[in-house]
Amino acid sequence: MAEASYPEDLLYHPEHDWARIDAADPAVATLGITWYAQDSLGEVVFFDLPAVGASVSKDASYAEVESVKAVSDVIAPLSGEIVEVNEALADDLQKINEDPYGEGWLVKVRIADPAEREQLMDARAYAATLGG
Amino acid sequence: MSAIDENHLHADPGIDGHHPHHPATAAAAGPMQRERARTIFQKGSPGRRAFVCPPLDVPMPDAEELLPKRFRREQPPRLPEVSEPEIVRHYVGISKRNFDLDSGFYPLGSCTMKHNPRLHERAAALPGHARLHPLQDPERAQGALELMFNLQGALAEISGLPHVSLQPSAGSHGELAGVLLTRAYHEDRGETRHKVLTPDTAHGTNPATVTMAGLEVVKLATNPDGGIDLDDLRAKADSDVACLMLTNPNTLGLFDPNIEEIAAIVHGVGATLYYDGANLNAVMGLSRPGDMGFDIVHFNLHKSFTQPHGGGGPGSGPIAVSERIAPFLPRPVVARDGDGSFALDFDREPGSKSIGRLRGFHGNYGCFVRSYAYICSLGADGLKDASEVAVLNANYLLARLREKGVAEHLPLAYGELCMHEFVLSGGPMKRALKIKTLDLAKRLLDFGFHPPTVYFPLLVDEALMIEPTETETKETLDAFADAIAQILAEAAADPEIALGAPYSTPVRRLDEVAAAKRPVIRQALD
Repeated sequence: MAEASYPEDLLYHPEHDWARIDAADPAVATLGITWYAQDSLGEVVFFDLPAVGASVSKDASYAEVESVKAVSDVIAPLSGEIVEVNEALADDLQKINEDPYGEGWLVKVRIADPAEREQLMDARAYAATLGG
Repeated sequence: MSAIDENHLHADPGIDGHHPHHPATAAAAGPMQRERARTIFQKGSPGRRAFVCPPLDVPMPDAEELLPKRFRREQPPRLPEVSEPEIVRHYVGISKRNFDLDSGFYPLGSCTMKHNPRLHERAAALPGHARLHPLQDPERAQGALELMFNLQGALAEISGLPHVSLQPSAGSHGELAGVLLTRAYHEDRGETRHKVLTPDTAHGTNPATVTMAGLEVVKLATNPDGGIDLDDLRAKADSDVACLMLTNPNTLGLFDPNIEEIAAIVHGVGATLYYDGANLNAVMGLSRPGDMGFDIVHFNLHKSFTQPHGGGGPGSGPIAVSERIAPFLPRPVVARDGDGSFALDFDREPGSKSIGRLRGFHGNYGCFVRSYAYICSLGADGLKDASEVAVLNANYLLARLREKGVAEHLPLAYGELCMHEFVLSGGPMKRALKIKTLDLAKRLLDFGFHPPTVYFPLLVDEALMIEPTETETKETLDAFADAIAQILAEAAADPEIALGAPYSTPVRRLDEVAAAKRPVIRQALD
């Protein structure tokens, strides 16, 4: 998508990552990178899918994404265990750029500590950190 | 393709030739662009030769007697069959497609693309240097060893650290040597430390080196002034930290005024302080890493001390270290014996703490000759002048780029004045003019300039990192600033011009995504 967008239904981490709490099962969250992150990176050329079953901790890197400009850590907004990875990305990384909140999702985690959600930002607060 | 076509397309892109092609007239591919890359194997004709040997006038030996069967080819090698003019035109043609420092301004940040004086080439080409064999008996290579010994001394004086190894072959190799020395130092004290601190402005080689040496990278935040965030440093400096790797001035072109406090914190937890010498061109003869409290420094001889570079080498990355690190230095080093002669000191005594050899032979000797020629021809005062003019040139160009019409689109990311380089942010340009730093960089090629470093350091949005060096004239700096202003003005009228650039180069905009995802690194001969 060409224009910046930060959906209201997501929680945001200052390192430009988002979490969507599953409507049916609030113990599960989908994680991805924000519009700003994919726009700053430019076109993504590699993404190393993490393994199902691996644990992720809030504020720590759980994967690497490589664009034509740089290799960047992907930071977990919440702690938990990876229960699903977006296998479709293996064939089509452009989804991360084209649809970062939809088909470009990265992993789903089973949340270890629901209280961590309180430390994340809403869309308005996150957009304010981006300035300009 | 005729030579005339090539020359026509590659009119000198220097200062006098700033006639950037207009997209309307330049969009059609020229002969160079159509030709693409035909390899030398695709030229010539079977049987054609550049040189004909005279008839053999001695008995032809039998190859089967000379070489066992398993070493003999069954088919002759497939070599290009071309005439000498074809060879010359092929390689001269390739060289013209490249942008090099001898063709124009090359302000690639943190790369110190300064002019390489031709005098140095003359010195390096002297047969005693150029034809010296690395296995020559040291007794018969006294002149070369004396040059290396004197260069070790000069680098010790410039860095303020007394012990030098010339072995590392590049800056990254010097870094690896430095981290291995740090590890050896801690192990010698009976400690195993796991972490190395690097600022988030660090050259990418720093974290790569740490990983290569089997240690863990811990990033330090940058404060609003562009230096190290001292609170973050204090929070992360503990007894598991082996080293802090620091560049000063850093990649933002800013000298960190807290360096003494940083050194005190790092030494306070027993860690070493490593100086990445990539930006030494800002401070030669002005300040010394040893005096700032650094334990280990690497030099990029190919940057600060002139070597043709940017084409893949050879480079040279000597290191200088403090007394406490000296016992671990790579061997051999060049030493002077009591009788005044020079020798290679391998330190083969039992109990030697050296980390050993880092490469075959003794380093890239041609680089030593050029760097030593540079140091001798400038002298201490001249090196200081070079750094001062490098800083002056950077600040002059920065001032030109802070003029109205440019500054609102490309603001300075940190600081007010800079050292030898500075970093602008293309963020406002991207939002207002709809062109990115990459587009600006590509359009600069049409003006005959090599683009600055782009998208580094990562903490600056749409970064543009500019290092003009001391060997550029005011006219060149003005022409570059004018080109930037012109590109921004034309983008305001029509962003498509920059988005489609470059127009005048042998190849147009490259598909970087395809190049990363599906690199074509082999080509069939037929």
